[in-house]
Order: sequence, then C-alpha cells, then structure tokens
Amino acid sequence: MSAPATATHAATRPLHTIAAWWQAAPFALVFLLFFIVPLVLIGMVSLWDFNEYELIPAVSLRNYLSIFEGCSHLTDNGDFCVTLSTYLSTLKFCFLVWAITLVLGFAVAYFLAFHVRSSGMQTALFVLCTVPFWTSNVIRMISWVPLLGRNGLVNQTLMGIGLVNEPVEWLLFSDFSVVLAFVHLYTMFMIVPIFNSMMRIDRSLLEAATDAGASGWQTLWNVIVPLSKTGIIIGSIFVITIVMGDFVTIGVMGGQQIASVGKIIQVQTSYLQFPLAAANAVILLAVVLMIIYGLTRLVDIRKEL
Amino acid sequence: MAEFDSDKAKQDSVDTSANQNRRTVLKGTAGILAAGVFPAVHAQEKIVLRYLGTAVNQDKAIAEKFKADTGIEIQYIPVTTDEVTKRAVTAPNSFDLIDTEYFSLKKIIPTGNLLAIDSKRIKNADKITTLFTKGEVAGKAVGDQGTAPKKVMFLEGAGSKKFSATPTQFMTLIPTVYNADTLGIRPDLIKRPIDSWKELLNPEFKGKAAILNIPSIGIMDAAMVVESMGIHKYKDKGNMTKAEIDLTIKTLIEAKKAGQFRALWKDFNESVNLMASGEVVIQSMWSPAVTAVRSKGIDCVFQPLKEGYRAWASGFGLPATLSGKKLDGAYEFINWFLDGWAGAYLNRQGYYSAVLETAKAKMEAYEWAYWMEGKPAAQDIKSPQGDVIAKAGAVRDGGSYEQRMGGIACWNAVMDENEYMVRKWNEFVAA
Repeated sequence: MSAPATATHAATRPLHTIAAWWQAAPFALVFLLFFIVPLVLIGMVSLWDFNEYELIPAVSLRNYLSIFEGCSHLTDNGDFCVTLSTYLSTLKFCFLVWAITLVLGFAVAYFLAFHVRSSGMQTALFVLCTVPFWTSNVIRMISWVPLLGRNGLVNQTLMGIGLVNEPVEWLLFSDFSVVLAFVHLYTMFMIVPIFNSMMRIDRSLLEAATDAGASGWQTLWNVIVPLSKTGIIIGSIFVITIVMGDFVTIGVMGGQQIASVGKIIQVQTSYLQFPLAAANAVILLAVVLMIIYGLTRLVDIRKEL
Repeated sequence: MAEFDSDKAKQDSVDTSANQNRRTVLKGTAGILAAGVFPAVHAQEKIVLRYLGTAVNQDKAIAEKFKADTGIEIQYIPVTTDEVTKRAVTAPNSFDLIDTEYFSLKKIIPTGNLLAIDSKRIKNADKITTLFTKGEVAGKAVGDQGTAPKKVMFLEGAGSKKFSATPTQFMTLIPTVYNADTLGIRPDLIKRPIDSWKELLNPEFKGKAAILNIPSIGIMDAAMVVESMGIHKYKDKGNMTKAEIDLTIKTLIEAKKAGQFRALWKDFNESVNLMASGEVVIQSMWSPAVTAVRSKGIDCVFQPLKEGYRAWASGFGLPATLSGKKLDGAYEFINWFLDGWAGAYLNRQGYYSAVLETAKAKMEAYEWAYWMEGKPAAQDIKSPQGDVIAKAGAVRDGGSYEQRMGGIACWNAVMDENEYMVRKWNEFVAA
C-alpha cells in the first residue's frame, strides 16, 4: 500500500520544488541584483587602495586599520578616537530616540487600538498621525529652527513671561534638538507596527483578565505588552536602523557639530575616499546586524507573525 | 436576411475603407516624416547643455539671457562643491559643461576626463585677467599659497594630463567667477571694529561663531586664524605637513570644546540663515551670502582683515567626451559668458569676472566705480534683482579690485596630505 504512495510522492516532489523555485525567483533576483551584489561590491572595495583620483584594486586592510588608528589610547584632548566616540554618540542617540519613541508610540497605539471605539474614527486618527509625513523630511527639520532659535518663538515666550532672562541656548544645535527632531520624524515607525499587533489581540482575553480580577496596569503589563512584542520589536528595528544610518537630521539639528557614522561616510565619499567609506559602511552594517540579531533573539518574529 | 447580409457587407466595406483610409494616411504621414520633416526637425534640434556646478553660480537670469541670445538651452545641475569634483571623476558623461573650482583640478585632470580648452576658440582668451595667467594684479604678484590658479591654468598639450608652468594654447578651465573670502560679521551686534582673523576664536564671541564644514576650505580659514593668533607660521597653508594639520585641528577642537562655535555650516543658505537669525555674529562666509543677508535689510559686513584673504576661483571645463554640435554650443556659451553681460551681472553681486574690459562696457559708470574702483556710490546700488544693497555714499567693503585681490594670502587647495586632513577634520567634528 505504501509503496505506490511513496512513488507518487517522489514523482511530484521535484515538480513541486521546481515550481517553488520559480515562484521565489523574481524576488530572489531583485535581492541578488540590488542587495547582494552591491553588498559584495562594498565589501570588495573596502579592501582596495586609493589615491586622490583613482581606486586601486588590492587586498589590504589599510582602510580598516586607518579607521581604528589611535583607538588603543585616548587622544591628547582626553577623548576616545574618532571612530569610537562617533559610534558612542550615534549609539547614545539611538538609545534615547528608541526609548522615547517606544513610550510615545506605545501610548499612541494603545489609545488608538483600545480607547477609540469606532473604526472610522480609528482610521481618521491614524491618518492624522501621518500628517508630518506630508512635507519633506528636510522641511520638517528646518521648521524647528525659527521655533527653537536664540530669537525663536520658544525663547521669546520664555523671556516674555519672565521665566528666563537670557535666551536658552541648548534648545537648538544640541543633543536635545537632535533627539527632538528624531522623535518627531520617527515615532510613526513605532506606532504602526505596535498598533498592528494590538489590533490582533483577542478582546475576550482582556475581558478574561478583568474577570480574573486583574487591575488595568496588570492587564497592560501581563497581557497587552507580551502580545504586542512583535510590533515593538519591528518598530524598534525600524527606528534603530534609521537612526544608526542617519546623517541629515544630526547634521541640520546638531548645527553640523555632532558627529555621526553616516556623516563620516558621506564626507569620505565626497572626497572620493570610497574604500574608506566602504570599510566604514561594513563596520556600521556589522554593528546594526548585531543589534538586530540581539532583538530577534528576544522574540521569534517569524513565529509570532 | 438578405437585406441584413448586404447591410452587414456594406458596413464591412465601410469599415475596411475607413481602415484603409486611416492606413494610407498613416503611411503617407510616415512617408512625409521619413522623407522631409524628420531631417528638418533634426537639424533644428535644440542644443541643451547640462551645466554641472554649485547653486551659487547657477543663476536663472544668466541661462534665460543666453537662451534669448543664442537659442541654446542651459540645464542646471546644482550640487555641492565636493560633489562637483566627485561627478567629474566618477561620472564624466553626466554633464556637458562643468563649473568647478581650480583646486579640484589636481584631482580631475589626472583622470583625463576634461578636454583641454583650445584658447584659439575663445575670443577673449588673451584678455583674461593676469591674476589667472600670471598670478598678478596690476603688475604686482599676489599670494600663491595653496592651489593658485596660475599653477593649474595651462596644460602641456591637447591630450596632456600635466600642468604647464608657463602659458600654453591649452587651458584647463576658463575662469567664471572668483573672489577673496574673509569673515562675515554683524556690526550691529558686535559693536566694535574687527580687523583680524583671530577674532573668530575670540572667547568674546563664545557660542556666536561659526566655521564652514567643507574640510578643504575650513582648514584654510582655520590656518588663517592660527597664524593670526601667533601660534604658528605656515610655510604653505595650502599644503600643510601632518604636524601642521594636527596643530590646526587641535586649536579648533579646543575652541569647540570651550563652546566657541554655535554651528558649522556646509551650505550657502545655512550660512545666510545663521547670520540673518542672529544665531551667529562672526563666521566664515562667502560674498553672495553677505549680499543675501544685506538684501533682507540686516546689517552684515564682509570684513576686510589685515592678514589678507583666502581666495577661490572657479571656471568652465569641458568633458573629454564632448563633440560635434554640443561642443560648439559649449564653446559658444563660454564665449558669450566672457562677452560682458554675464560678467557685469556677476560683478553686481560682488563677485569678480574673468574679463574685466567687456564687463565694464556693460555696467553703468557709477556701478563700476562702486564695485571695482572702491569709490563711494554716486547713487543707490541695486542688486541684479533690484533690491537696494548699498545707499548712495556707501563704500564697498574691501575697497577696489586691486586692493582686494592684491590682498590675497592663500588659495583654496587640495593638500598632499588630503586624506589625513579629512580624517583629522572628522575628529574635529566628532570632538
């Protein structure tokens, strides 16, 4: 009895596999062309040598060594080397922005998912959240300047009501303004996935929790947060990868005075130091991948989705 | 049934004849197009020149006037100073005309991506100011530290990648605009005379100073400051040794840590905003930015300093692959540019043009006296857009052309230690 069945199975299996390969082919090709190939090229160029005007194919670790040159000791000014201090500063922003967008995004998503009853209202409010995205990224950032500047609206108000005598300087071109702009720009990336996973939570679970005598906070912490984990992790991945690679926001809001890894790469490419930039990009990629690996260890996204 | 059939047949025949008609017409048109119209259209095909350069030099009025005069269209590709060089090296087919700074030539010429410009095809070639050809203003030599244009102005031959020390028939770039940069200040907020580069790092302006964040130019401004503070005397500010770069950057880092800088800027408009909003009262600046602040009715001066100026110059180059009609069109544009109208237009913005003679012919006598001779304005001076930028009786900052260009201390440059310098500059930004 089982022999014929196995035979049929064996006969259909290769066909089935081929069909599956065909189905996966288009996307695999796109990935290969626009992701794998460029990535391999970057890895390759990072090993090349260069001068003012040409790239010289080679296999040398010169670029990596020059990135970490001087990192074994502090500089004369008592700082870490450029690479270390830049990564530390970028990671700091990453952490701050992640923490703030997480709290904000979770709160907004919670409100949208559980407090707004009608689905029409939900959609309307959701669209409202995307309003900041109707203008360009750069305009959104630049519009902070007249607000936070030395003679800006905030300072004028503070001085007008007599809270301060001199303009508050740290409002603009500071860590504060950079974080503010990031939060303004990227909270949306936290809201969407968290809202999405909250909408999948079976409402009867909440009722069950209440029936079992759980307080509001207990329900939140023991039911909603664990069930929203996927959304939280996906949102975190969005925010962290964007902030790690950003150089425009940090440039504009930091008055070009705050270093970021992206900025260093950009400066190097504009001075035709492509191999150095490539080496930096490889290191940045490695760091980001490690963070994402760590995050996915917390939640098995594929299983949860 | 029969009736119906015949009707249908009629209809069919109508359909076919209509179809045939359409087909014949199409064929006919195709024939006409193929035989006559197409070549004619082709011959009149408009020449469009893709002009790669920085936004500062890409004025809409210049393109419009040129099109009105010659029918050739200019398509601007505005990018940053560094990006111009990058494109010239990596994508030489993406433009038909390049407007780049002279110091970039050290990177571009060795790639062979630029065509040697035949000065025989440039009508006013022999009238180009001696600042470029000999490094002299009114017969007197000016500072040549850094990449002075005379060092990279000529090539040894038509296909050469080597700069010639003496004038030849083949030019690398035809100068468009040049100027001598210095610090911009807000006299209304500073309220005392400023006469030295060292004021940029004066603690008095703590949190109200800015320097530009284009490493190769910013380092030169920093060098002017370091020298004026008496910390170090450079042999050549445009070609520092590693030790000199270390010293310069160390000085900048110390100032930054002390909170001297409100911001660094990279884009022309950023510098205008910083100054106009009062965030900054003293900073590295470019002359059209000063003009832009002034045209908002805010007092801003491009302050002449006793140590002299940091000069820059940019010019037109042609990509090596350019040929035929486009090449002719590009030469026509360059000739038109040197012919006076554009020169006068640029001079009125506070720049200087390559051929002074022709520009003078297109300017009013009182304008020439104010902009070029350093005399008090006989009547209100207006920008090309019509805004009053200087009242009657005012004198241009920096004085006459001879005074100003004669005061050049160094030129924008690419150093031998460029890679090291960029790395150290990143250290300054990260500090």
